[in-house]
Amino acid sequence: MLENYLPVLIFLGVGLGFGIVLISVGFVMGPRRPDAEKLSAYECGFEAFENARMKFDVRYYLVAILFIIFDLEIAFLFPWAVVLREIGMFGFWAMFIFLGILVVGFFYEWKKGALEWE
Amino acid sequence: METLLDFWEFIKPVAIILGYIVLIMVPLILAVAYLTYAERKVIGFMQMRMGPNRVGFFGYRLWGLGQPIADTFKLIFKEIVIPSGANKFLFIIAPIISIGTAFAAWAVVPFDAGVVLADVNAGLLYILAITSLGVYGVIIAGWASNSKYALLGALRSAAQIVSYEIAMGFALVGVLIAAGSLNLTAIVTAQQGEYGVASWFWLPLFPLFLVYFISGVAETNRAPFDVAEGESEIVAGFHVEYSGTAFAGFFLAEYANMIIIAALAAIMFFGGWLSPFQGIHSIFGLPVDLEGWFAPVPGIVWLVFKMMFFLLLFLWFRATFPRYRYDQIMRLGWKVFIPITIVWLLVVGAAVIADVPPWFAGAR
Repeated sequence: MLENYLPVLIFLGVGLGFGIVLISVGFVMGPRRPDAEKLSAYECGFEAFENARMKFDVRYYLVAILFIIFDLEIAFLFPWAVVLREIGMFGFWAMFIFLGILVVGFFYEWKKGALEWE
Repeated sequence: METLLDFWEFIKPVAIILGYIVLIMVPLILAVAYLTYAERKVIGFMQMRMGPNRVGFFGYRLWGLGQPIADTFKLIFKEIVIPSGANKFLFIIAPIISIGTAFAAWAVVPFDAGVVLADVNAGLLYILAITSLGVYGVIIAGWASNSKYALLGALRSAAQIVSYEIAMGFALVGVLIAAGSLNLTAIVTAQQGEYGVASWFWLPLFPLFLVYFISGVAETNRAPFDVAEGESEIVAGFHVEYSGTAFAGFFLAEYANMIIIAALAAIMFFGGWLSPFQGIHSIFGLPVDLEGWFAPVPGIVWLVFKMMFFLLLFLWFRATFPRYRYDQIMRLGWKVFIPITIVWLLVVGAAVIADVPPWFAGAR
């Protein structure tokens, strides 16, 4: 069974290799004439005021955390979905309750305003 | 001699696999190149323009068909500028990650019955995993550039991609319930039936299909969800500092991802390589054997036609819709798509338990 995954691994290597070749070709074939203005970060023609690694909105973290929770739920749903025909009614109601709990949490974060972007 | 033969025995399977990979990669790269041409041409015609029509071959214009080739050479001969404040290693590695993941997803895509490089039993899971990795290319590029526009674009893009990935994941779970397998070939064969187009999963899973395709448009950062690279606000978003072939890498990855979304939409909801005339032997009682007539058409032709249709939709959206506002994008992803998919998952689950014909009957 595991040897089926050998082509996948090789394909991943070929894909990454293609990217490396593409960028190497660019470095080899393209000119290279750097100067201070060209190498400065783009900021509409101004001098950059400060380092760009600045503070940013905390809501991005919130989205990331919510994403992890929901992606885990999906990971739980995958095996359930594949064998739903075998586990039948019992499996269906088990997942109904599970999704119910998920929906309660979802509703809570909705009402808390975690999904608001103004 | 003996050791050479042993070495050949060892290397032969790998060489064969590499041959197949080239057979997939070359048409794929050509498809990406001519998708950019098609995009400019289609949008040009929609806006009553000609689109590119100058660059041809050997002195003939040929409707501008040489344009993607010329663009490729132009990008190869451009300088790759690495900003002085950038983290050089991450700056270079980001487009490589984008391209590698965009191409690697093709390893498990079935092109016809049995025509698939790696017929793995967790194909859909692999595709979900590998396409999710693409977000690393975006966020590393934005952070490594050390530019405010790039950082803002990367943050927006990453938040948008992960938000729509949830809706997309739920839509995929619906397909899994209907097909009962993670293997993409099995998902297509589960859509065989006697009712032609109506046997495919788009009909019982219609809301999930809509959610999947719109999420796919958002995942690839295409219009109308292209705030990540909104030209009028943050210049080009995460790849503002990239030039030459490093930029070409992100460009290739974006279009390769569009093609994989189109291919998956065709495979999961529109029967993959199956003929749209399957099981149709008469129309209104007249003996019109459509299935028989179209039987000689190879399956890959149907798959390519379906993919071309979805790719046309991508281009059409870009020509038609104005850009969404960022809060509207997040509202659509979280407050509309996720509730729809959860409800429809339960509907599909109940339908599968109840063996609703024609899609779910007798599959047990």
